[in-house]
Amino acid sequence: MIDYAETASQTAGPYVHIGCTPNFTGIDGVYPEDLGLRMIETGAKGDRITLTGVIHDGNGTPMRDAMIEAWQPDAAGRFAGQDGADPAVPGFARCACDPQTGRFQFDTVKPGAVPFPTGGLQAPHITLWIVARGINLGLHTRAYFADDPMTQSDPVLARIEHKSRIQTLLAQPKGDRVYEMNIWLQGPDETIFFDV
Amino acid sequence: MPDEAKLGSYAARLRENHPVALHPPYRTSVKRSPTYAPISFPSSPSEEYGPVFGHADLGSLDHDLLYNFGEAGASAIGPRIIVHGRVQDQFGRPVAGALLEIWQANAGGRYRHAREGYIAPLDPNFGGCGRVITAPDGTYEFRTVMPGPYPWPNGPNDWRPAHIHFSVLGAGFAQRLITQMYFEGDPLIPLCPIVRTIHDAGAVERLIAPLDMARTVPMDARAYRFDITLRGRRQTMFENRMEGL
Repeated sequence: MIDYAETASQTAGPYVHIGCTPNFTGIDGVYPEDLGLRMIETGAKGDRITLTGVIHDGNGTPMRDAMIEAWQPDAAGRFAGQDGADPAVPGFARCACDPQTGRFQFDTVKPGAVPFPTGGLQAPHITLWIVARGINLGLHTRAYFADDPMTQSDPVLARIEHKSRIQTLLAQPKGDRVYEMNIWLQGPDETIFFDV
Repeated sequence: MPDEAKLGSYAARLRENHPVALHPPYRTSVKRSPTYAPISFPSSPSEEYGPVFGHADLGSLDHDLLYNFGEAGASAIGPRIIVHGRVQDQFGRPVAGALLEIWQANAGGRYRHAREGYIAPLDPNFGGCGRVITAPDGTYEFRTVMPGPYPWPNGPNDWRPAHIHFSVLGAGFAQRLITQMYFEGDPLIPLCPIVRTIHDAGAVERLIAPLDMARTVPMDARAYRFDITLRGRRQTMFENRMEGL
């Protein structure tokens, strides 16, 4: 079978909001609302949670111009498009980071566990994808839940050689069902990014 | 279309088809490039499924940047062009239902954005964003104006070649891609530090859309063709023969 080369990535640049969240950047009247405003719709089953954090560059400065996307299954571990998936869980959202603070936030339900191709279940997690000026290929990572016992036996985390880095993928409970996961592109706490 | 259930994991991404993370001539990449190698694992449902969009989610002018922003019937200013192409996976299968979102500067090289300070004026009838969903055969088409090149604060005198940004959401989240399309014959392409983050000449060449006279609309708009290849899933053996071709 012919294997064509994947189209090269290029940075999303400083104006990614124009294309991906135009209403956020003041271009209204083209789309009724920005795509991916909500992870869930009214009536979604499961435990309501909030995932929030700040993305930092190698100077430790919040990346206020970044866009982050989140993708997850429903509370039973089924993705939109899978048989039996909760119709109130599209499971996809994007967030333009706050122009002042750089903070992102996703209000959602806690995802269920999903299978791993070589067997077993992966711990509940939310896939995250980050683009911005200066990022040449979108950064793919995951938020796991530090207080979920399944996280201890997750098959992806088990593959990570530098065990001290696993904590970069653990969203920490902050009370009131809020989880915080701060992301660092460089430095001693550089977040683990995936090639998958 | 092959039955998704008979497809296996996504083929590993070949990094040489992509830009490097750290390319000091693109100055912002210096502090925004991870230093560790990314960690690989076989794709799972988290990467093999992706958000689902339908044609009903789009408005009738979403793919027409000439008219989707200004007063009804008022056209954006600039050379009228059609941008079209086909989205396929790396094994040549069409990617139907992919959401393409585009954004670009106006004909003078000015973006409609709070952080943009270029001297060129805004066009009251040009917003600069559009979107379309690929047809069952993977094809798509936009109508817009030719974007202008523009200077940007990097080196002392860097200019971006004319380009259109593309965001692509395919069938699986592993296919997620943002890229830029350039125009055949633009002398700024080989000078651009962002283009040069890609070290493979063929990979750069594939981002350059050729003029497509066959799709030009006489006395109306020129056409450029931009084909996109996303990652693909390998086939799994099923009843001792290959399925999904």
